[in-house]
Amino acid sequence: MQKLNEFRMVIDSKSVNESFARTTVATFVSQLDPTLDEISDIKMAVSEAVTNCIVHAYPERVGKIYITAAILENSTVKIVVRDKGCGIIDIKQAMEPLFTTLGGERAGLGFAVMESFTDKITVRSKPEKGTTVTMYKRINGRAAL
Amino acid sequence: MPVRIISTQQRVTAFLEGEIDHHTAAALRMEIDDAVQRNKPKTLKLDFADVTFMDSSGIGLVMGRFRTVQPLGGRLVVSNLSPQVYKIMQLAGLEKIVTLSKREEVNNAEIK
Repeated sequence: MQKLNEFRMVIDSKSVNESFARTTVATFVSQLDPTLDEISDIKMAVSEAVTNCIVHAYPERVGKIYITAAILENSTVKIVVRDKGCGIIDIKQAMEPLFTTLGGERAGLGFAVMESFTDKITVRSKPEKGTTVTMYKRINGRAAL
Repeated sequence: MPVRIISTQQRVTAFLEGEIDHHTAAALRMEIDDAVQRNKPKTLKLDFADVTFMDSSGIGLVMGRFRTVQPLGGRLVVSNLSPQVYKIMQLAGLEKIVTLSKREEVNNAEIK
């Protein structure tokens, strides 16, 4: 599908940037006149993807997180969150609800939330090279209400 | 993210405000657990009325507080959830371990 509009940003993997990242992507998507629920879905999915980079990809250091959002035809948003961190050895296991390598306060629901609140998600990863999460969501918008 | 906590021996109520994510959850956890350890209440209530955003870190926060109150013989009540946050908590299976209620229902019950 053709890209009608696109933005890219690079942020440090600091937890204070989680709010900035999800709000920025949501603001970009607002040109499609989304509903409040759709905005909230986008924020939640981005928040999970960025948090994964911070706590999993770069556990011991601050690295870069590369975020791209594009408006495609059919009011579809494509969001890519990429890191050059430690990578995921077993993607299938990582995506299972409640699976977490951290325990304690992490619920193990990051990928489950991304799957639930977007239409499609693909995860590509190479150990020691990094991970790319790509999410698609169709925005029906307030006009559809 | 600010939190206002009202404690009695029977009940600790934490009024959460703003956005709950991985960044804000750590401070909330410490403040709430501190009040629970000091008061050892029968009920810990987390009030979500003024929560404007939550991701799965909020689920972790609720699950973690369940683990804090359970050994003390207390129960956990999570109230004033927006429809969307209620949906994520259900998705996570939290209703099996804590009492969840949505915004409208609790507002009525609260008048008692």
